[in-house]
Amino acid sequence: MNQIIKIEIDGQVCMGQKGQYLVDVARENGIYIPTLCNIIGMKPRGACRLCTVRVNGKLMTSCTTPISNGMQVETKSEELDNLRNGIIELMFAEGNHFCPACEKSGNCELQALAYRFRISVPRFPFQFPQRDIEAGHPLLIKDHNRCILCKRCIRAIKDESGKSIFAFTKRGPKVGISIDTTLSAKMDKTLAQKAVEICPVGAILPRAQAFRSPIGTRKYDKTPIGEEESSKKDPVAL
Amino acid sequence: MKKAVIATTSLAGCFGCHMSLLDIDAKILDLIELVEFDKSPINDLKTFTRECDIGLIEGGCCNSENVEVLKDFRKHCKILISVGECAIMGGLPALRNNIPVKECLEEAYLNGPSVAGNNEAGIIPNDDELPILLNKVYPCHDIVKIDYHLPGCPPRAGLIWEALYALLTNQKIDLPYELVKYD
Ligand code: SF4
Ligand code: SF4
Repeated sequence: MNQIIKIEIDGQVCMGQKGQYLVDVARENGIYIPTLCNIIGMKPRGACRLCTVRVNGKLMTSCTTPISNGMQVETKSEELDNLRNGIIELMFAEGNHFCPACEKSGNCELQALAYRFRISVPRFPFQFPQRDIEAGHPLLIKDHNRCILCKRCIRAIKDESGKSIFAFTKRGPKVGISIDTTLSAKMDKTLAQKAVEICPVGAILPRAQAFRSPIGTRKYDKTPIGEEESSKKDPVAL
Repeated sequence: MKKAVIATTSLAGCFGCHMSLLDIDAKILDLIELVEFDKSPINDLKTFTRECDIGLIEGGCCNSENVEVLKDFRKHCKILISVGECAIMGGLPALRNNIPVKECLEEAYLNGPSVAGNNEAGIIPNDDELPILLNKVYPCHDIVKIDYHLPGCPPRAGLIWEALYALLTNQKIDLPYELVKYD
């Protein structure tokens, strides 16, 4: 039988089941905690640190923290907002994000987070790193300029035998995520489309498509990211 | 009330941000109740005639002249605002930041599809009068202190208006979600 656990998030009593992660319990109770690397329903990685909150006074990533009885959670404070914005700003400064020339613009989760928190400029200097674009795959383009190394593609995109089609190359500051050429040659359209959708940014794009929806009609043009989660009226009844 | 004085310039930009300023439509009438323009492409004044309250900078710095103009703006304006992605992060001109300048010039004047075969003498403009290209395109805040940043490519007319109005009337600003965009 599922064991019900009571916790408190930002002063609101929330209920979840034993073994559930904090980020999921918050969402099910109508509280949005920003995430980037997390994929709902998959084992968390805690790679981007964006979902950091205070749990019983300590900073923890809510995607990797299972709930426990009586947990006191704080998701909003000047300090947490500042930390979170800092992570988003680092990602913009660290890569080459030319949003006006990016097909993902308007549908990009990184950009949407920056919009939600009204970030007008990163506090860090832009690095303009030297990065390549892999254009040799039949269905996909891998743009290293925009990859935020969230590993969503590695975790979610596998061939029939369960092999990851995306993998890390190099280490340290040169680390990148590339597509296996042999496996990508055999990829079908559905899996390629899934890869495009799983990438939160414009680092995996479909070939031969370019811009599709006009400004004003894209996912985050009018609706902030997380709005669906935080506007849930009734917390899930357990 | 004494009118505030505004100066504007376009460095390595496309004038899209200036167009967006004009795009505030009838509010331009409200704006000229509040401000006078000094050096600006809008009135074609080429030099500063006095100290200014606000300087609006469009475009980043891609050459020596941009740097000079930007420093001159810093000297003459109490408040400097980076208007648009190019001023904020280099924008589309900064797409060249990972390509050596020599290669860029060769593509533009010798090898590009619109010039190949039409420049038999192989001339790359190099007159002393011409500003020197910088190794990279720099965001304005890499060169001088910038007080505020208005993102967008171009920033929405509403964003420019809201920000200017708040600044000129000394009010706090709560930016509406729809106005803060990077494209
Ligand atoms: S990936 Fe997102 S943040 Fe990066 S350039 Fe594209 S739209 Fe902008
Ligand atoms: S390609 Fe996309 S999904 Fe994969 S690690 Fe980079 S940003 Fe994440």
